[in-house]
Amino acid sequence: MADNKDNNSGVIKGPGWILTKLEWLINWGRKRSPWPFPYGTACCGIEMMATLASGYDMARFGAERVSFSPRQADILLEAGTITKKMVPVLRRIYDQMAEPKWVIAMGACACSGGVFRSYSTLQGIDKVIPVDVYIPGCPPRPEGLLYGLLKIIERIEKDHPLYKEAMKFKESEGGRICNF
Amino acid sequence: MEAWGVALIKVVFIWAWTLIIATLMTWVERRGSAMIQDRLGPNVCGPFGILQPLADGIKLFTKEDIVPEKAKKILFALGPIMFALPAFSAYAVIPFGDKIVIGGKEIILQVADVNIGFLYIMAIGAMSVYGIVVGGWGSNNKFSILGGLRSTAQLISYEVPFGLALLSVVIIYGTFSLREIVLHQQGTFLGFLPNWGIFKQPLGFILFIVTAYCEANRVPFDLPEAESEIVAGYHTEYGSMRLGLYLFGEYVNMYTLSALMVTLYFGGWHIPYIDMSKFLGPVAYGIASFLVFFLKTCFFLWLFVWVRWTVPRFRYDQVMSLGWKSLIPLALLNLFITAFLVQLTI
Repeated sequence: MADNKDNNSGVIKGPGWILTKLEWLINWGRKRSPWPFPYGTACCGIEMMATLASGYDMARFGAERVSFSPRQADILLEAGTITKKMVPVLRRIYDQMAEPKWVIAMGACACSGGVFRSYSTLQGIDKVIPVDVYIPGCPPRPEGLLYGLLKIIERIEKDHPLYKEAMKFKESEGGRICNF
Repeated sequence: MEAWGVALIKVVFIWAWTLIIATLMTWVERRGSAMIQDRLGPNVCGPFGILQPLADGIKLFTKEDIVPEKAKKILFALGPIMFALPAFSAYAVIPFGDKIVIGGKEIILQVADVNIGFLYIMAIGAMSVYGIVVGGWGSNNKFSILGGLRSTAQLISYEVPFGLALLSVVIIYGTFSLREIVLHQQGTFLGFLPNWGIFKQPLGFILFIVTAYCEANRVPFDLPEAESEIVAGYHTEYGSMRLGLYLFGEYVNMYTLSALMVTLYFGGWHIPYIDMSKFLGPVAYGIASFLVFFLKTCFFLWLFVWVRWTVPRFRYDQVMSLGWKSLIPLALLNLFITAFLVQLTI
């Protein structure tokens, strides 16, 4: 690896100033416009609609333009029970979403299967797709969903989209050739 | 002919101006919808959430660009471009002010004062439908194709009354040039009304505004992207900035059509009963005429938003029957009456 060979070559360890500022800008854009994909399969869907409507208004954080096409969404808002028949659909919707994407598991059913400890219900959606934020409750209040959204925003803030790509390139064949 | 440098400055200015207005319109749309629905709308992003369009743009630019495996790659890439290009180029013939004198030179506030401005608007306006059809076809998705087909069916039912309504205006003013039409609208009509197109063409204006909403694919005629019926219509498969171009082109279309309404029916840069050029200096007059025109356009832009969040969508067959059974006969009637009256008065 390049790090071990030349310690005094002046190569900056970690992301530099321009990279971090650019990352800040990208993260700012991403955290201020997280368009949700509503995946309401049960009663949690009603609470999700209440969160989007007046009174709670999730649009304040830019989480507006609810897109029914997964290509255009940033956050998969999984609200409700997932039966085993629904699993391939959920996985496919997740795969169709463009990177970067985040997943909120809303409600006890999405988190762990909830009261439906039966043969037909998936025991938590994290068995098929990665989940970023779990919101417990049966169903959670709209404040809970808003708190979950703010947690996602915090997560986006800490992300290093460009540095991660650079590290990936460094470890690849091309990175070794140009001694990055 | 004026110097090409001046023309270049005008092109760059109006391009940048249209970009800014279209960007701000997405914010106005979201705050306006929030106002109508008793919500707050985006308000954490800068003062009153005004930086929201910027955040959306950054996000869309840095998002993964997905091209579906079964899509027709060339058509898929061409779609958004073919939609956005006509939207931007349509503004070229619309005057955005009267004239301004800088350094002894008189500059007309219009990119190109062509004598076939009308035909240009008609041709370019009809072009934007290709972007929708090509994008919908290239996506190779059944919802996208449905959206594209709906768009073509909508085009042939509204383009005829749209053209006939404009033709009545041409009969009255006897010119195809948009600047000359505005110049004709100075003074008063019948002694007490402002000499605006709407007072000479009341039925024509109603026909025009209905077909303009159709042309801009806005509610109540947003059949190509009917969210509750066909997912997201023609842009179902589009993500990232390609989607951004589609959404953006829609607002640019809105701006052009609003400016066209002001030009044809609401007296362009004229204020009723007041002739600004008499008591304002040449530079101040140029700026004032620009601002008056812009304020009038703003009202129609707001009307687009207002209508969108007030009325529901027409069903597909209702749009067809409205276009063929109501708008076209009315447009023909309007054309006939106009021609008759003009013939009497000459």
